[in-house]
Amino acid sequence: MNNETDLLLRAILTDVLGLKPGQTDGFTDETGLFGHLPELDSMAVAGLLTEMEDRLDIVIEDDDIDGEMLEAYGSLLAFAQQKRDGP
Amino acid sequence: MKPLRWPCPLAGGGTAEEYALGFDRSRDKRLLICPALFDEANRMRRLTVEVMRRLDGAGIDSFIPDLPGTNESMQALHIQSSDDWRDAMKRAANHFSATHVLGIRGGCLFTPLTIPAWHYAPVKSASLLRQMIRARVLASREAGQEETSEALLETGARDGLELAGHRIGPDLFADLRSLEPSNDGNITQIGQDMIGGSGLWMRAEPGESRDQADALAAVLALGIAQ
Repeated sequence: MNNETDLLLRAILTDVLGLKPGQTDGFTDETGLFGHLPELDSMAVAGLLTEMEDRLDIVIEDDDIDGEMLEAYGSLLAFAQQKRDGP
Repeated sequence: MKPLRWPCPLAGGGTAEEYALGFDRSRDKRLLICPALFDEANRMRRLTVEVMRRLDGAGIDSFIPDLPGTNESMQALHIQSSDDWRDAMKRAANHFSATHVLGIRGGCLFTPLTIPAWHYAPVKSASLLRQMIRARVLASREAGQEETSEALLETGARDGLELAGHRIGPDLFADLRSLEPSNDGNITQIGQDMIGGSGLWMRAEPGESRDQADALAAVLALGIAQ
């Protein structure tokens, strides 16, 4: 999957994690996020979700957030795509 | 750069000494900086001070006071309100004879509007609050406790709330639900598109950027020179 949501989500992660442009190109569905990257603590995840809301034009509820969705790049992307596609 | 002191007004009357960092060479152009709030204050601190160093080189004095209840302040955070912070920044502007003011992110909510102002990436307080509440919900969930944003908002309005290590009292909490940066015509807005790169406030960990400090200092120096 290399669509608009994918590109936007990579750009958001680049900004939040302070990566160099292009560094997220190597992210695959299995790339670990929350629990794998020490800098991605709860405050940083909260910031990540806020950026996702702003830039992907979605609303994320408390109930949407679970460990599984945040665990790897693939699950976060699937969540973002599902939110953008609507119910 | 030196630590300076200034008399901060207290809600019940009188004053308390607060600190500010400043470059003061008694020059004519004097910029007060209202700092970013809460965890964003840490993430923006280095950029802010780097901008101050550049302004010093450009012949402009600058001052960054502590908001009462933050940083080196002897006051407690949980007794502060947004009026206290607004009054504090007003008094700091007077004390340092500021000719211009810069707000950074949440600091834009407290810039005195009696002097020409710049707002860098202003943010509504509700966005900051939402993010901190979300962080608390996530952290609690990790610890095996279930909390909801809705319930935390209720608790905060009634008793205050500890968010991201900041003990926010009920007055400030209530204010933070609805403060918006002013759209006054005297304010020059500085968007991230004018600075380049991505905003350092959204970084997971405090970062720095020489290019962004150069750009922000240039925008300010040009504007203040006019």
